[in-house]
Amino acid sequence: MAKITLKAVEKRFGDNTVCDGIDLEVEEGEMVCLIGASGAGKSTLLRCINLLETIEDGEILLDGEDISLPGLDPQPVRRRIGMVFQSYNLFPHMTAAENVMLAPRRVYKKSRAALRPEITELFERFGLADRMDHYPDQLSGGQQQRVAIVRALAMKPEVMLFDEITSALDPQLVGEVLDVLRLLKDSGMTMVLATHEMGFAREAADKVCFLKDGKVVEEGAPSAVFDTPQHPDTQAFLARALK
Amino acid sequence: MTKTTAAGKTRRQIYEDRLRRRSMLIAGGSTLAVFLAVVILVPMAPGWDRVKASFFNWEVFAKTFPKLLEAFKLDVAIFLWSAPAIVILGLLVALARDTRNPALFPLRILGAAYTDIFRGVPVVLTVYLIGFGIPGLGLPRPWNSPYIWGSLALILTYSAYVAEIFRSGIESVHASQRAAAASLGLSDADSMRFVILPQAIRRVIPAQMNMFIALQKDVALLSFIGPVEIFRQAGVFKSLLANFTPYVGAAVIFLAVTIPATRYADYLLAKQNRERS
Ligand SMILES: Nc1ncnc2c1ncn2[C@@H]1O[C@H](COP(=O)(O)OP(=O)(O)O)[C@@H](O)[C@H]1O
Ligand SMILES: [Mg+2]
Repeated sequence: MAKITLKAVEKRFGDNTVCDGIDLEVEEGEMVCLIGASGAGKSTLLRCINLLETIEDGEILLDGEDISLPGLDPQPVRRRIGMVFQSYNLFPHMTAAENVMLAPRRVYKKSRAALRPEITELFERFGLADRMDHYPDQLSGGQQQRVAIVRALAMKPEVMLFDEITSALDPQLVGEVLDVLRLLKDSGMTMVLATHEMGFAREAADKVCFLKDGKVVEEGAPSAVFDTPQHPDTQAFLARALK
Repeated sequence: MTKTTAAGKTRRQIYEDRLRRRSMLIAGGSTLAVFLAVVILVPMAPGWDRVKASFFNWEVFAKTFPKLLEAFKLDVAIFLWSAPAIVILGLLVALARDTRNPALFPLRILGAAYTDIFRGVPVVLTVYLIGFGIPGLGLPRPWNSPYIWGSLALILTYSAYVAEIFRSGIESVHASQRAAAASLGLSDADSMRFVILPQAIRRVIPAQMNMFIALQKDVALLSFIGPVEIFRQAGVFKSLLANFTPYVGAAVIFLAVTIPATRYADYLLAKQNRERS
């Protein structure tokens, strides 16, 4: 059974159909990259999986269990699915360590003292050991984004969603964040990424999905999608993106 | 390499120093001229002697000022017990107006009606209605005290304004902060308490300070319903001495409090604007 299954997912904002019958399977430990032009619906799809948006039709399954059931309490589901955003969204009034500890403290009722060792270990693993007690505005964009990843990981999620997490970064800071993603993939995390980093998607993804106007136009192994795209829309998009 | 003079200054620095000296001289000179004109010309105005005797009588001032200061303690006391109640009630009303829980929908309506009504009525009218009206129902002591009901009138009025300021602060926190909190599995209540409110409150502190400066001034309205605070005390002296100087004394005392507080609020606001840009 796939870790995440999307069946004919439909999402509308008013008259605008943003996800138009999307089918997708993500296996345990897989990294799936969503590519496509801006406005294709990548962010919305990720937000739907994390139940930040409700869907009009279709089903979203986590371990075979329908999490898109209307009326379902979203909070227990969101604890199992971490999400990182393009604009970091760290809480500016808290230090990096406090950002990371807030949700485990409130949701799992753990004390700061109990959390400190495991959190310190996470910060060390991502090269942030000396930044734990800094406020977000004292950190570089790359450091902030890595803290945001640590914050999501501290909830011990089973799946991680990443929404163009390198798009707001200066080019020289992109590498350090992509390294973190490689580290996560090696640890066996199930991941879904919306990304414009074509080189990274080709190298690291298990599966690439090309989205256009809320539809999956083409999907497959990165080598197939990037080297021998079948659909003319995919060919046109890649011709522009890889130029 | 930049050329520096013996004093270690660049040409640009010397030029800017000269400009600065020049503008300070001009500003100082023009201020002095205006000040002298006021000091010399105003006493020459017809009727100045009568104005001086009635408003700026030094003897009256010296005699009444200590008593006025004493009476002002009551204003401060009323302020001190009203202010915390206003913060708490204002925050509760703001949260009630923001709630999305359908079971609490009546609270939302009540909150909206409350802020509309108390912001729509002149403060002095509320003070009269509650501060005069309720003790007039013949309640037993101490429940007929105008202190209680007058303070309540201020608390109800100012909580309505303070609630709206809190609400504007809550709305100014970007939706992405709520999304980040939700994505971590935090409940709506925790997200409000730990993520949204701390940011919202920080942003509205200068605006709230201005509300509380206004409150300190409006405490004087309670003089209409009994308490002998500074405004009422000044009125007593005015009748007794047939002179307006006690009112000027009261104004001086208010200004001694409100001007530094206003300046501090402005300073905080300017600092926040700098930090956010
Ligand atoms: N909250 C929203 N309300 C209305 N329309 C939205 C909202 N969020 C996204 N959209 C629309 O959905 C479409 C897809 O947006 P998005 O998912 O952000 O695409 P992508 O991430 O691929 O750039 C766009 O047309 C966008 O305008
Ligand atoms: Mg997007």
